[in-house]
Amino acid sequence: MSTETLAQLSDNLVYGAMAAFAVAMVALAAEAASRRVPTGAPADRSLVATGATDPESVSGPGPAGRRDGSGPTAPDAQVPPEAAGRADRYGRVGTSVLVLGTILLGLGVLTRGLAAGRVPWSNMYGFAISGTFVVALVYLVAARRQPDLRALGVWVVATLLLTLGLAVTVLYVPVGPLVPSLQSYWLVIHVAAATIAAAVFTIAMVASALQIVAERAEHSGRRTGYAGALPPAERLDALAYRVTAFGFPLWTFAVVAGAIWAEASWGRYWGWDPKEVWSLVTWLVYAAYLHARTTAGWRGRRASVVGLVAYASLIFNFFGVNILFEGLHSYGGL
Amino acid sequence: MSTVRAEREESAAPPPPPALSPPELARWAWRQLTSMRVALLLLFLLALATVPGSVIPQRTVDPLAVTEFREVNPALAQWYDRLGLFDVYAAPWFAAIYLALLVSLVGCILPRSRQHWRAVRARPPAAPRYLSRLPEHRRVEVAAPVDEVLVAARATLRARRYRVADDGASLAAERGHLRETGNLVFHLAVVVVLLAVALGSLFGYRATVLVPEGRGFANSVIQYDSLESGSLFDPADLPPFSLELEEFVMDFVDEGPAAGTPQEYAATVTLTREPGAEPETRTIRVNEPLSVGGTLVHVLNPGYAPVVTVRDADGEVLFTGPVPFLPQDDAFTSTGVVKVAVPQGRGRGEDIGIEGIFLPTAVLDEQGPRSVFPAPRNPALFLTAYHGDLGLDDGVPQSVYRLDTDAMQQFVGEDGTPFRAGLTVGDSVELPDGHGSITLDGYVPWVNVQVGRNAGKQLALLGALLALAGLMASMFVRRRRAWVRVAADAPGRTVMEVAGLDRSQTDQGGDLAGEVDALVDGVRQRLGAGGPTGGDEEDGR
Repeated sequence: MSTETLAQLSDNLVYGAMAAFAVAMVALAAEAASRRVPTGAPADRSLVATGATDPESVSGPGPAGRRDGSGPTAPDAQVPPEAAGRADRYGRVGTSVLVLGTILLGLGVLTRGLAAGRVPWSNMYGFAISGTFVVALVYLVAARRQPDLRALGVWVVATLLLTLGLAVTVLYVPVGPLVPSLQSYWLVIHVAAATIAAAVFTIAMVASALQIVAERAEHSGRRTGYAGALPPAERLDALAYRVTAFGFPLWTFAVVAGAIWAEASWGRYWGWDPKEVWSLVTWLVYAAYLHARTTAGWRGRRASVVGLVAYASLIFNFFGVNILFEGLHSYGGL
Repeated sequence: MSTVRAEREESAAPPPPPALSPPELARWAWRQLTSMRVALLLLFLLALATVPGSVIPQRTVDPLAVTEFREVNPALAQWYDRLGLFDVYAAPWFAAIYLALLVSLVGCILPRSRQHWRAVRARPPAAPRYLSRLPEHRRVEVAAPVDEVLVAARATLRARRYRVADDGASLAAERGHLRETGNLVFHLAVVVVLLAVALGSLFGYRATVLVPEGRGFANSVIQYDSLESGSLFDPADLPPFSLELEEFVMDFVDEGPAAGTPQEYAATVTLTREPGAEPETRTIRVNEPLSVGGTLVHVLNPGYAPVVTVRDADGEVLFTGPVPFLPQDDAFTSTGVVKVAVPQGRGRGEDIGIEGIFLPTAVLDEQGPRSVFPAPRNPALFLTAYHGDLGLDDGVPQSVYRLDTDAMQQFVGEDGTPFRAGLTVGDSVELPDGHGSITLDGYVPWVNVQVGRNAGKQLALLGALLALAGLMASMFVRRRRAWVRVAADAPGRTVMEVAGLDRSQTDQGGDLAGEVDALVDGVRQRLGAGGPTGGDEEDGR
């Protein structure tokens, strides 16, 4: 197949993936809506609900994924069984379509790479579609291993759709050759590490955001509605931490690999290029998050806010730096 | 809630504390500085302090942008100067933050290293009386004598990399000290990286030389167009090589949507490592620098240099040679000037200054002359010229890319409009009033050659790799304790209790249950075919 055909095929696959993600998002939203705890709960139920604020029961099902229940760990006593069954069905549909979308997106990334004859990471469009693919993959693998994570599903897919939407409208550039400054095997190493780290941090971001929602609901004693179906705040907190702890060494590696490449390409390993500045800011804020969480004993909302700030800096490093600043990384195609 | 309790205690109004003596004050300050709260504050502060360097133009990153900023906002620039905002990363306040963080870091690692050293050598704490109170607990019956079970349990723990202490009827075991070791190594390695960076900024240097094809330079300070160096950099340390740029190839995509995108920049150079040495031919590409005795030679942004000859009215050459022009866009529309100093007694005795635009692929339309493709498909030089005094003898340094026309007049054509000409390769144009002629002989590419040494980079890399290894150990190794107690219940019946505790402190124990199960299974396997004898396995949760 010619370059143009492959590039066209890649674009179509990405659009197909977006369609699948849109369907998956609707299905997962329907799942979340069905799992929601009805508000007009009878008196004995509200007693159960009050009991749920007792720390023993909030601490949830104990070690990760030991429960073999099919759905996220909603306080099942409060969801009517027929709604739970419906939710499981929606959930299965959503996850299946998400898997389909992920496969389409993966093929889209692959064909784009084939069209260019190399890894498709030389501009922001390629980075965005690869990044969303990795997010979807990381989410699917993680959710399989830890069913709790499925509560994040709808928001993860929403983030994916948003990123892909931006990718095809704002960031899109046609397949082109690699400019001399990118002709290096470090492109593969550096960008792959950065993409995977960003994907992992995205999952952590969704967990942190939901942690805040769940904690607010728990504090106000409200255990109904959407928040009522979320995993306990403490569980989300632990999840965000664990995922971030996994992403942090990856991000560190991405920065170090970038420095090694910069030495080969620009003659210095650190030169305060805006991208370098912001990757350091991101690193520092994630380091602060990990310290706050492990050593300073910050739990819950405060730690989550730091995690969200760190993620904001990560996203700014990706979009903002390329759009706003003139720098050595500005071959993004904008 | 602990915060509530703390507030209540405060409201109990303690008597005002006695004044601190200087040593007490010092100890208090040290405690504060090395506390996690302050370290966290400093981390946030450092992150925040790093940001302005990406927003405000930095002298070390883009000096041209700083100059422009000064011209546009002179008043603000004064304030920025006072606050060191044009060089944030060398500013005293920035240094204050990272030095404080460094001290805080060291003040934290040292005592922790001491503690860790003791912990590693300490004996695992003996089994608590009630193992069932631990987070994970199993109680199983095994068909083997107590001694054999203990031996099997010890072997199982050892195989799972526990350090085991024997307490008679029970075993105490601990593993995962690597977690804290990794943590300490990580923090220590961060200090190493910072030291390496400091070293680099003291001893390192970076210089650029603009070299047109066919020319060269010897590696010495006087040949550099620009030089940035650390305060301990010694020009005598420069390796004494010289370099000729034989050929510089620029290759661009010819057609299609990406037309004009550079595909390859490659410089073929002749390197003479030291005066008198055998010349070697080497190729330098953007990602493949040349390394000469620890110094890296890179090729950076290229451009075109039209080769121009200026003659006087008698045909005597006043100037000839390549003149580097600066590219203004991706299609290499390049601007530059030619300064021809004409001494008294030659030509008309007046200096000649030429302002020109060199276009590799020239198009002349209503937008004016511009280039539409970066490769030389239709090269042309559009120019105007001045006569008068270039001011080269005034002793004031001048830009080689800009003409100071204060003491010069633009040539005027016969029709009274300013003199203009467009030359293709080989063309000549007569200057008005018998000032002579200008010829475009051709053009050569030029490239900025960067010469530099990143002192301490090996140390920085070592530090970074150590940091990464330490980080992984501190994140993924679990520190655990396990206890096994074995007792004879009835003749031929032995009861084994296994309990586990996760001391990783960071989240909810990982798969501690799985670990304890694995220990139980391991013991059973080692005891052989006996297998499970009793079904009264009980979960401690």
